Amino acid sequence: MHEWTLAEAVIATAQQIAEKEKLREVKEVTIKVGELQQVEKGILQFALSQLKPTNFKNAKFHITRAKTTLKCRVCGNTWLFKKQKLDKDTAEAIHFIPEVAHTYIKCPKCGSPDFEITEGRGIWLESIKGAR
Amino acid sequence: MVDPRTTIINERLKRISRIIAVSSGKGGVGKSIVATTLALTLSRSGYKVGLFDLDFTSPSTHLILGAKDTQPKEDKGIIPPVVHGLAYMSLIYYSHDQAAPLRGIDTSNALIELLAVTQWGELDFLIIDMPPGIGDAVLDLIRLVKRIDFLIVTTPSLLAFETVRKQVALLQSVKVPIIGIVENMKMTNAANVRAETGKLGLKFLAEIPYDAKIEEAIGDETKLLGTVLAKKIRQLIASNAL
Ligand SMILES: Nc1ncnc2c1ncn2[C@@H]1O[C@H](COP(=O)(O)OP(=O)(O)OP(=O)(O)O)[C@@H](O)[C@H]1O
Ligand SMILES: [Mg+2]
Ligand SMILES: [Zn+2]
Repeated sequence: MHEWTLAEAVIATAQQIAEKEKLREVKEVTIKVGELQQVEKGILQFALSQLKPTNFKNAKFHITRAKTTLKCRVCGNTWLFKKQKLDKDTAEAIHFIPEVAHTYIKCPKCGSPDFEITEGRGIWLESIKGAR
Repeated sequence: MVDPRTTIINERLKRISRIIAVSSGKGGVGKSIVATTLALTLSRSGYKVGLFDLDFTSPSTHLILGAKDTQPKEDKGIIPPVVHGLAYMSLIYYSHDQAAPLRGIDTSNALIELLAVTQWGELDFLIIDMPPGIGDAVLDLIRLVKRIDFLIVTTPSLLAFETVRKQVALLQSVKVPIIGIVENMKMTNAANVRAETGKLGLKFLAEIPYDAKIEEAIGDETKLLGTVLAKKIRQLIASNAL
């Protein structure tokens, strides 16, 4: 499960920030996941809880979803990514490497694969709270 | 907003003793053939080796290797398939060998994602086949991977060597180690690349003749390892120049 590697990355990064901000204990981590990567919230939440280091033992992880906005560079059309429109193999490929969306998705207006993922690509650490 | 992926990259690579990027300022000089043959030869010499195709828009190593019917596994990340003894990774597993039209930011994101999620495990060498030039892939590797050495490929042409000269200047300015320069597709005895390499303070690693048989060896590991190119690479490894 790829959610585990992402969870590991989140913990490592949060730990780094905690050290930089001299937090003795981390209490809250807010994470944003973009629709495009189709991260399973439940698995991510579970992986995070399993990977918690001791200074995170009371930490809560808030995972929020962000819609994926795509914008065509050719005609300017903006649209929302919909997983339901993809077959299983394609959805899985995009789950692992969201950029291969450019292989499978075309602008619904002009057919171009040259679009920008303006929002909601992958996983982001939004904020971290703790006590010094 | 922080991207958590970059923090984990060096953790993922920490059990790899040596990371070598096979690179050139110029396209079409033989990077992919050299990278693939180098990886296979090291593997035949008893090392644990990985091969990573970072040329996302024009991947070739899967064709050189003949990596048919293989697929990465997932287990807390991506486990590269073993192809002719190599741990092998390429974007083609996700683009299903179709066109992946990526701009710079996408290349960079795909590269970060693959570095962050691929579980290479323990390796003696990870050989990276680079896209031509000194664009996103070179800049990202320098930025994100702590220990990386560049092996540079050129042809005898002034047009190739002058791009290499700029690449060398860039790498030297940011203190990234360069193993040396390989001169590929040699058709004469001209010694200018060897001489210029010396002037740059770099090791001249090998000269590989132009060999029409290479085309037949594409996709055929045994034939590939029987070429003069493979022989030169075996000598290079035996000389401990790496
Ligand atoms: N020594 C050689 N003799 C003859 N042909 C060669 C030799 N080395 C490479 N080639 C051929 O030259 C072409 C370019 O090689 P290759 O694809 O490895 O170059 P590259 O530098 O990786 O190109 P790119 O910049 O597109 O990634 C291929 O068709 C390859 O088979
Ligand atoms: Mg190549
Ligand atoms: Zn369009």
